[in-house]
Amino acid sequence: MKGRSAITVVSAALIFFAGYAALFIAPDESTMHEIQRVFYFHLGSWMAMFIALSLAFVANVAWLVTRKPQWDWLGVASVEVGVVSCTAGLITGVLWGRPAWGIWWTWDARLTTAFILWILYISYLLLRGLIEEPQRRASLSAIFGIFAFLDAPLVYASNRLWRTQHPSPVILGGENSGLDPTMGKVLIVCIVAIMAVMILVLVDRYRLERLRHELDELRLAANVRGFGADSGSSSMLTKGLP
Amino acid sequence: MTTARAATIVLTKELRMEFRARELLSTTVVFALVVVVLFSFAFDPTAGESRRYGPGLLWIAFLFAGSLMLNPSFAREQSNQTLDALRMAPVSPFAILLGKMLANLIFLGVAEVILVPVFAVLYNISIAGIVGRLALVLGMGTLGIVITGTVFSAVAAHARMRELLLPLLLLPLLAPLLIAAVEATASLFAEQPALDRAWLAFLAGFDIVFLTASWLLADFLLEE
Repeated sequence: MKGRSAITVVSAALIFFAGYAALFIAPDESTMHEIQRVFYFHLGSWMAMFIALSLAFVANVAWLVTRKPQWDWLGVASVEVGVVSCTAGLITGVLWGRPAWGIWWTWDARLTTAFILWILYISYLLLRGLIEEPQRRASLSAIFGIFAFLDAPLVYASNRLWRTQHPSPVILGGENSGLDPTMGKVLIVCIVAIMAVMILVLVDRYRLERLRHELDELRLAANVRGFGADSGSSSMLTKGLP
Repeated sequence: MTTARAATIVLTKELRMEFRARELLSTTVVFALVVVVLFSFAFDPTAGESRRYGPGLLWIAFLFAGSLMLNPSFAREQSNQTLDALRMAPVSPFAILLGKMLANLIFLGVAEVILVPVFAVLYNISIAGIVGRLALVLGMGTLGIVITGTVFSAVAAHARMRELLLPLLLLPLLAPLLIAAVEATASLFAEQPALDRAWLAFLAGFDIVFLTASWLLADFLLEE
């Protein structure tokens, strides 16, 4: 437990330092000025979302193939982290869009893809809440997760063909692209900090899912032995969960 | 038994059920008609606006109708506990899924055949010269709706609130299909009708991606 709290403290310190660095250390951007500072967290959130949802896809496929409950726990944990980082990316993007574009929102390829993914993975979490039986819940939500992941490139491609407004990548975008060295360093700090927080949440969420699973097993065993846990005592057990 | 033959048997069973009850098709057609008419009241479009908004409206009506119509496809088997009997049959799960997809393709297709002329009259759009090309676009788009919709119908059948859940799962996933189908239909409704090959190819890609995924995942979808 000591190691865990140490990691939590380090991640918290990192994310505070990242916020400070983005606001005060990074140099002023020449055309967009202060509002550009949101970008450090914006990019980090999207990277976290991309990694979390890819992980969810791997976990979904692995559950269907191996049937090890660990993959199901990883699947739901990473989808939740993905939805949270997606929300962060959408909010920072909207905050940036208003001063930079003059509008809060536009149906550009990247924005639309993010938004549709956000809705799809929220539906994934809703779906899990509506199926009782654990095995079936794991399989059906894995199938939906795979479909949702396959849909992402299609949403992007369709909107790309249709219309697009998002600025193209500045960092690896071609000849005149590139960041000021200090900006680059701040960006790396921010990305590392966001990743640290996301991994921490992911591990915690995974642990929670494992505990729930153990609780279910224990309840089942108690029922088999005749210590029938009635609804009152089982709800107390649920409340006692960390 | 081959997959094709098993799928045909499931298809025949679905068609026979619908022929005897005639509840699915009539409800779907009337529902889509209500959507089309309500849009007309809500926007009161001129001839130019009909051309501009017509394709979107038509596809929204099909998407809504599809997301409601596809629900009984597996929910009915679930509530009558006939899904277990289907599963016990010595056929591949994909054959069952495919048979249901084909049946749903026919149901939604028939609904569209009834709806499109009504839509053309109400919104003043001439479809006389584009029937073949329009049928192609409608067919490809509808195929995408029924492939994903039939799979999600099986997913939602095991959940609580499945009637509400299916549109929730299906509609966001169909966003790229909606864009492609609307754009392809819009270029057919234009002053100089043309078949937009890029969007047609996109629709074909959508269908292929999700049909392949359904084929790969059918065993897990229908397992006990």
